[in-house]
Amino acid sequence: MNENAKARINGFFLSAAHKIGLFLAMTVICLPGLWIVLASFRPTVEIMAKPPVWIPQDLSFDAYIAMFSGVGQGGIPIIEYFRNSLIISVTSTAIALAIGMAGGYAFARFRFKAKSSIFLGLMLTRTVPGIALSLPLFFVYSKLGIIDTHFGLITAYVALNVPFTIWLIDGFFRQVPKDLAEAAQIDGCTRWQAFWQVEFPLAGPGIASAGIFAFLTSWNEFALASQLTRSVNSKTLPVGLLDYTSEFTIDWRGMCALAVIMIIPALVLTFIVQKHLVSGLTSGAVKG
Amino acid sequence: MKGWRPPAPFLLLLPAVLVLAAVVIIPLILSLYSSFTPFRLTQPASLFTLIGFRNYVRILTDIEFWTAFGRTVLLLTVALNVEMLLGLGLAMLVEKATRGQRLLRTIMMFPMMFSPILVGFQFKFMFNDNIGLVNNALQSLGLTDQAIPWLIDGSLAFFAILVAEVWSSTSVFAILILAGLLAMPKEPIEAARVDGCTPWQTFRYVTWPFIMPFAYIAMTIRSLDVARAYDIVKIMTDGGPAKRTELLWTLISRTAYADARMGLANAMAYVAILLSILFTVYFFRKLSAARTQIAAEW
Repeated sequence: MNENAKARINGFFLSAAHKIGLFLAMTVICLPGLWIVLASFRPTVEIMAKPPVWIPQDLSFDAYIAMFSGVGQGGIPIIEYFRNSLIISVTSTAIALAIGMAGGYAFARFRFKAKSSIFLGLMLTRTVPGIALSLPLFFVYSKLGIIDTHFGLITAYVALNVPFTIWLIDGFFRQVPKDLAEAAQIDGCTRWQAFWQVEFPLAGPGIASAGIFAFLTSWNEFALASQLTRSVNSKTLPVGLLDYTSEFTIDWRGMCALAVIMIIPALVLTFIVQKHLVSGLTSGAVKG
Repeated sequence: MKGWRPPAPFLLLLPAVLVLAAVVIIPLILSLYSSFTPFRLTQPASLFTLIGFRNYVRILTDIEFWTAFGRTVLLLTVALNVEMLLGLGLAMLVEKATRGQRLLRTIMMFPMMFSPILVGFQFKFMFNDNIGLVNNALQSLGLTDQAIPWLIDGSLAFFAILVAEVWSSTSVFAILILAGLLAMPKEPIEAARVDGCTPWQTFRYVTWPFIMPFAYIAMTIRSLDVARAYDIVKIMTDGGPAKRTELLWTLISRTAYADARMGLANAMAYVAILLSILFTVYFFRKLSAARTQIAAEW
């Protein structure tokens, strides 16, 4: 067998192994989610069946119809929860990104006293587990009268996300060579212009992923939301999920349906921001 | 000259510092204070009695607390290592893919879209001994004929929690490492190949040092955020059976909300915070070291 044929066979097996590995990994990642989607369309009898019913016999939108049919008919105030979640997550992500970009840029581009201690200090505020933060925050918020408001939760989530975003954005600004912005400034840009014209587009992937992180954190947060919200005024979807549990039973089907509702916006948003992840850095920066 | 202007980094960092001080630092000072009182939710007046370090002495001599502490450290260590390895593998698989990368990346981030509380319910459902997917599959395939008590046996429950935790967080590593791989210039790899490096050598000495900061960022973010596991554990076992999966955080919430002993819970919370700080500082050091190395080589 000559070397060419050998290399070809090797290559074939490698690519086959790669495809199989990829397929297996994706299956493991998707299966639990697909199971949830499937369960949301199946009648409860089928979910609970023993021996298990593998091939769905009876698919319907009953769970979704019940969910939207309003309180008292097996439904929950889903529209209000959804609106609250959306307003709170989008606003807090936008604010956290703005603050994070300023902070991340400061850490990546400037030298100042006690820099790494300040950085570490900011990060350490994030180490506080939600459960540990929830009670003192509840006290402060009730003194200020901002329990059960959008404002309260947005403020909390901005604080939750700022260390994250600073960290990520700092890391990605560091990857952008300093020379580029300096070159732009020599060419007549102000520092502000150099930032928006050169460094911001190049750090785009990092800012996009920081945005995804911040959005998903706010969208999914439960420990704080469960303490700081009371009613349909500000309850978010993760807290609403608990409407489907009672002391001894769980309405699996309804919960799965709500889960699907929760995941769709996250999926759409992630897909939109996706393309920023590749663009920018890889194309034509300073070589070497 | 216009006179004194505050330095730029000061202005840029001011908003971040203000927000964090208002939402995190001030409440934490309050809770630090209350950890020195016998504060109970049912007796608001008890907030003003100081008892010194009695809460701390009490938890530090409590075997139940130390068990939960040890279990939390074990969970963190195992979960972070497994997630790191799987995330690295996943990122490299996706990076190698020639077609459908965008779709693959979106799928890869799929678990991140799940709220931890949802992950808890989902795996509680899947590991249910009677109707769960796992047992149903094992029984249908004939691998076992009785129902495995996943969430009822102590160590199996720990394993189930670990699976849920790893499933939900591996993608954090994968996406950050992938971002690193995509940001990485291709020339050093090509140079290494021209110089006759084996694929392993190329990975070990070229790719790995470059993506290390990204891996450590992921590590640190995860170790900061690992208290998310509270939601998962809370839903899956709530520390049971018979406290065999009790973690620091479920213990805190039980002490605070079920037993209403807020002062004691705040003392425990400070130990939990200290643990997170330890993990974070460790990875932060590693991160700085990796960054310095890259800066030196570039």
